[in-house]
Amino acid sequence: MKTDLFFDFTVDKQAKTVFITREFDAPLSLVWDVFTKAEYLDQWVAPSPYTAKTKYMNFEVGGKRFYAMIGPDGKEGWALQTYTSITPKTNFKLFNVFADKDENPQPHGSDWDYHFNESNGITKVSISIYNESFERMEMLLEGFKLGFTASLKNLENLLASLLH
Amino acid sequence: MRIYLQPNGFLINKFFKMRRDIFQAIADPTRRGIIALIALQAMTPNAIAENFNTTRQAISKHLRILSECDLVKQEQQGREIYYSLEIEKMKEIDQWLEQYRKIWEIRFNQLDKLLSTIKKQKK
Repeated sequence: MKTDLFFDFTVDKQAKTVFITREFDAPLSLVWDVFTKAEYLDQWVAPSPYTAKTKYMNFEVGGKRFYAMIGPDGKEGWALQTYTSITPKTNFKLFNVFADKDENPQPHGSDWDYHFNESNGITKVSISIYNESFERMEMLLEGFKLGFTASLKNLENLLASLLH
Repeated sequence: MRIYLQPNGFLINKFFKMRRDIFQAIADPTRRGIIALIALQAMTPNAIAENFNTTRQAISKHLRILSECDLVKQEQQGREIYYSLEIEKMKEIDQWLEQYRKIWEIRFNQLDKLLSTIKKQKK
């Protein structure tokens, strides 16, 4: 198994955009699935000890995904995503906005753009996240109380023990 | 870093409680220039203005915005006011972005594990 998987995270404050690139040791078709199917997304998008729960997901242009991140205290943070463009196994775009449990969205959101490509069995995923307003930049933390209930180091240790 | 929770459970750091958007403040090229200048030494508004192709009034306005974000501090020396950078405040921004980076690291490590599990099941 390839262990030196590329990871890059940069923030362009002026362009109000976050760029994330990561390689995965898996074929494109599989990586595409784990980014576009609710049953897979719910298994990895919430950083432990948080969990994710998708109420519904309709992966097509104009379709929506409504999901919650659930904290260890049971508190739910809901978000509504609308798919604005899909090119199978190449690219998809969505508009993300935080919402209440009744799907009432907050005024500002962010545009997400995902690109996928495979080379020698390694799939590279590039994500850009554009925020309409950096006043909403706080939302990038997506409600995760990292460093609040436990220090990041504790969380890392916890995660390591869960993974091994 | 102090952290606040909004009623809906979302987390915000204390600089988002400011009257101004801190990211907006540092997005402006002139303000970034001012930050770079006063990071080296405390300066008066006149001395700062000499480094830019703009009016003294415009510089004062930029300084006021930076002050409102607590990014700069003022100190009276005789008849002059000197502006200097709040280094800790700048560090906070980076710490906060680092937290976001961490979330993605954790998330992707979880995804690595999921991918490897699915691949084993398919074999």
